[in-house]
Amino acid sequence: MLSLRNVWVEYGDKVVLERISLEIAEKSFVSIIGPSGAGKSSLLRVILGQEQPTRGRITLDGALLPTECGPDRGVVFQRYSVFPHLTVLGNTLLGLEFAASPLIARLFGTARRAAIAEAEAMLEQVGLADSRHLYPAQMSGGMQQRLAVAQALIKRPRILLLDEPFGALDPGIRGDMHTLITRLWREHGLTIIMVTHDIKEAFGLGTRVLTLDKRRHDPHAPQRYGAGVVYDLELTRKQAADAPSPAVQDEAGITIDTIGNN
Amino acid sequence: MRWVTASPARRGALLLGAAPLLALALGYVIAAAARHADNPADKILPLPGAMAAAMAGLLFEPDQLSGQYLFWADTIASLWRLGAGLGIATLSALLVGLMLGALPPVRSTFGPLVTGIAVIPPVALLPILFIVFGLGETAKVALIVIGVAPFMIRDVAGHIGALPREQVVKALTLGANSWGVILRVALPQALPRLFEGLRLSLGPAWVFLISAEAIAADVGLGYRIFLVRRFLAMDVIIPYVAWIALLAVVMDLALSRGSRRLFGWAHMGAR
Repeated sequence: MLSLRNVWVEYGDKVVLERISLEIAEKSFVSIIGPSGAGKSSLLRVILGQEQPTRGRITLDGALLPTECGPDRGVVFQRYSVFPHLTVLGNTLLGLEFAASPLIARLFGTARRAAIAEAEAMLEQVGLADSRHLYPAQMSGGMQQRLAVAQALIKRPRILLLDEPFGALDPGIRGDMHTLITRLWREHGLTIIMVTHDIKEAFGLGTRVLTLDKRRHDPHAPQRYGAGVVYDLELTRKQAADAPSPAVQDEAGITIDTIGNN
Repeated sequence: MRWVTASPARRGALLLGAAPLLALALGYVIAAAARHADNPADKILPLPGAMAAAMAGLLFEPDQLSGQYLFWADTIASLWRLGAGLGIATLSALLVGLMLGALPPVRSTFGPLVTGIAVIPPVALLPILFIVFGLGETAKVALIVIGVAPFMIRDVAGHIGALPREQVVKALTLGANSWGVILRVALPQALPRLFEGLRLSLGPAWVFLISAEAIAADVGLGYRIFLVRRFLAMDVIIPYVAWIALLAVVMDLALSRGSRRLFGWAHMGAR
């Protein structure tokens, strides 16, 4: 679905990424790992449209990717993903309001009630239905990330990009978030690309793990060569299913920690 | 208990805050009484009774020439000038500051101009304003605007420019265009900062108002103070200064309360 052909990212004469060629299939969950400074976040920003590759082309469903961020690609950052001046409900509604009303970005009457119903259904799925009138400053980091996920998913993006989304959370909350994101991924048939520092997380959640690192290194000019994909591990369905599927246990209706990685 | 961690209770804090004010008032009365014991006709430190008598004339008796109640006429004239100046400054800070902060091309184009205007001492422009606008109200309002607007514009623009890049990207992925980002992301977060900037601008605004009134006016708090200075009328000057202080405190309090009420989210972190 998403295809990168010989993508390079350079800042001046510093090469960050070189010769990245990837085919990312629909409904896959791709984890990207690698040492700091290996260009994981740069790759994500290029796919997001926040930055342009200096060479190469990126296509989504065969069409060249728009060079701007747009509603076809949702994103959750490690921090600052939610708007501090809006309540939980307001944050979730925002995507619907931008789409329906480009001039004033607000909805009224029936349209607003329909949007609120949709937003509340989405909040229900991430477990924030009871917190809809709170502001982000009143919520924990985990709740804010749940909100960021709900906010992004309400736009039904073709690809969901996660930039170390759980990096700032403590381990217990992180486990809950893994369960949540896995369930949403299955239920919504999402395509997810996630950058992470946590190798366990990368293998536990992903169906495919990419490792970025420098293939060549010039000690006298460390910026001369950029990182490429050094490992591309396809975890087959079976392997991914080996991590016990939370979907099976979901009938119980509570978030049991079923991913054995924490 | 250590001094740095001590937290006085609400009533205690009120008492502590009132004590220096009372001490100052008491010290003044003692000094005034001492001077009057030496010279009953002393004008430099009038006794409270003399101040009350002088102010009663301005408060309750119409002026023989104009038929106006001078104190109230002065207050209304000054507040009108201050309000108009701060209103125009606030509005322009919101519009210009928002555009400068949210749109990098606008910032590149007009940023240096705003900076250039901001570093000119406004009172140095006063002669130009008097020449261009005449000696009427426009020049005084314009001085306040020129005095405080550049600071407020730069404050708002800086705040909006420093919003996390992630917020803008997130809004774009939610389907916003540039206008949507300004309207729903930048504007609401600029407003509390604007209130804060307005509070900080109250002091300078009063300075510019009194300066302009001192130089050319026929009514206004600053005009009256500088007029009665010729007669050494401290019994009018001191109550006028106290009244200005009171007005400034009330405005400051109203703005800070208003900001808390309107933008509760912006005050949640800091308690």
